[in-house]
Amino acid sequence: MIQTEDLTKRFGDILAVDRLTLSVEAGEVFGFLGPNGAGKTTTIRLLTALIAPTSGNAKVAGCKVGQEDGKIRRRVGILTESPGLYDRLSAERNLDFFARLYEVDDVDGQIERYLRMLGLWDRRHEEAGIFSRGMRQKLAIARALLHEPQVLFLDEPTSGLDPEAARLVRDFIGGLKREGRTIFICTHNLDEADRLCDRIAIINTRLLALDTPSALRRQLYERTVVFHLRQAEPRFVHRLQTLSFVRSVREMDNKLVVAIDDPEKHNPTIIRTLVEAGADIQFVGELRRTLEDVYLRLVGMEDGETN
Amino acid sequence: MNKTWVIVRKDWAEVFKNRFVLFTVAFLPLILTALPLIILYATRSTSDLGGFSSADMPAGFASLCMEMSGGECMQYFIVSQFMLLFMLMPMAIPVTIASYSIVGEKTTRTLEPVLATPVTTFELLAGKALAAAIPAVVVTWLGFAVFAVGARVLSPSPNVAARLLDPLWLIAIFIVGPLLAVAAVSVAVMVSSRANDPRVAEQLSMLVILPLLAAFFGQISGLFFINQTLILWMAAGLVVVDSGLLAFATHIFQRETILTRWK
Ligand SMILES: Nc1ncnc2c1ncn2[C@@H]1O[C@H](COP(=O)(O)OP(=O)(O)OP(=O)(O)O)[C@@H](O)[C@H]1O
Ligand SMILES: [Mg+2]
Repeated sequence: MIQTEDLTKRFGDILAVDRLTLSVEAGEVFGFLGPNGAGKTTTIRLLTALIAPTSGNAKVAGCKVGQEDGKIRRRVGILTESPGLYDRLSAERNLDFFARLYEVDDVDGQIERYLRMLGLWDRRHEEAGIFSRGMRQKLAIARALLHEPQVLFLDEPTSGLDPEAARLVRDFIGGLKREGRTIFICTHNLDEADRLCDRIAIINTRLLALDTPSALRRQLYERTVVFHLRQAEPRFVHRLQTLSFVRSVREMDNKLVVAIDDPEKHNPTIIRTLVEAGADIQFVGELRRTLEDVYLRLVGMEDGETN
Repeated sequence: MNKTWVIVRKDWAEVFKNRFVLFTVAFLPLILTALPLIILYATRSTSDLGGFSSADMPAGFASLCMEMSGGECMQYFIVSQFMLLFMLMPMAIPVTIASYSIVGEKTTRTLEPVLATPVTTFELLAGKALAAAIPAVVVTWLGFAVFAVGARVLSPSPNVAARLLDPLWLIAIFIVGPLLAVAAVSVAVMVSSRANDPRVAEQLSMLVILPLLAAFFGQISGLFFINQTLILWMAAGLVVVDSGLLAFATHIFQRETILTRWK
């Protein structure tokens, strides 16, 4: 549904997106993560034919970016970074305008459908300017869906929302996913990406990682178990290194720091192995890393490399 | 073209909720309708102007007076200056709305979702231009209608009233006026799509349009009463100018630049 090949965008001297190559399948919910200024919004603008790439190619919904922009605009929906509503117009009037620009057949039907789905139907006559941030965001999502786009681009759909509103929006996106829509979603919320997305890309100008959440979790959320021994010895380390599921072992201050994917499953084997090797285990504990730690480290490593 | 109309209707729904904008649209026509009527009323006893003879008129004008008396001719002269304004009003009124059109949507960030729709640049600009031009033309015509009725009632001599409503003026107001409006609005929309601040856009548009307006006014005030052919030629010329301006505005409208440039 989306293919990019060395997609690059420069703004003067600023390299915003660097040789991005990825592909998103039909029906997939694709997460796009990265720090501020990573080029997420720029990528969405490129893929929705709002701006033209400096170099590289992209195909969206079967149309080539830069050649069939009109068709692309017809086939994709976009939730822009800021909702961009007409404050003086009612919720309904806002949607009416866009429905007609998108040449929707059943304007009133589609407006009612999405206003109801997003719980704004009763407030359709109120001016968008008095809406709360969450309501504005929902109205903007409705706007992106009126013409039943094949691909939906959502730029930070839950940013700035309170937890409850964020969950509502998230649940709504979950519903869209079940309808089998292709959704490309930018977010700073790793947890959200984890729950919603089939695959996740992490970018910082260039692509850093791309995989399913579980694979990324293995990679990013690598779990670390610490075994406190009475007396650590090199042979314990060697023994553990022979175990296939052990990713790494370090020894420090009589502690063995062991990285594994699934401690619940593998800890007993490790304990047995250590005991058989003659180790006295005093405590076993997990060294927990928050999602953020891992993400920040990945992005931080990247920064360290480039600077 | 259908989408052009969608944009026009949206802009009206938005813009006329703003009292200030309503005021800018209504103020000029109100004044320019009232003033000539007041003058007509004040000079109703022709004797006030009886001392004038054709020799006091600008060269060429006197010949237009034909069978009118010197006083009638002077009255016609004064009021016809206002008629000119009726023709030029549609140029001045829509500038506020038109120069806000693109840059306004840019600053409220509503432009991006609009540009993401399949609307073409021409449809968008035409919509913006018409949204500003139509109300200006309509209020001008309304003002003119009030003036025409008032002139008949207030004018002491049927000669003057008849002359004010002859085909020359009707062409000027019903054909040349709207064409001038489209020209002004095209310029303002062009400025608006290049500017980054609505206030700057308005001032800049005014700066471009006012001299045009002044030059135009100065040029014709003595000139074109002379015949109807000239005014028809002018209308034809304006059709060309208008199409050129709109095409040029569409041509230089860079979607990407407008969206991404903030300086
Ligand atoms: N119009 C522009 N002109 C110049 N530089 C720009 C422009 N838009 C974006 N950039 C630059 O491109 C880079 C990527 O910006 P972008 O908005 O795509 O980031 P983002 O990932 O969406 O960030 P955020 O998480 O803050 O929304 C930034 O360095 C930004 O300064
Ligand atoms: Mg962004």
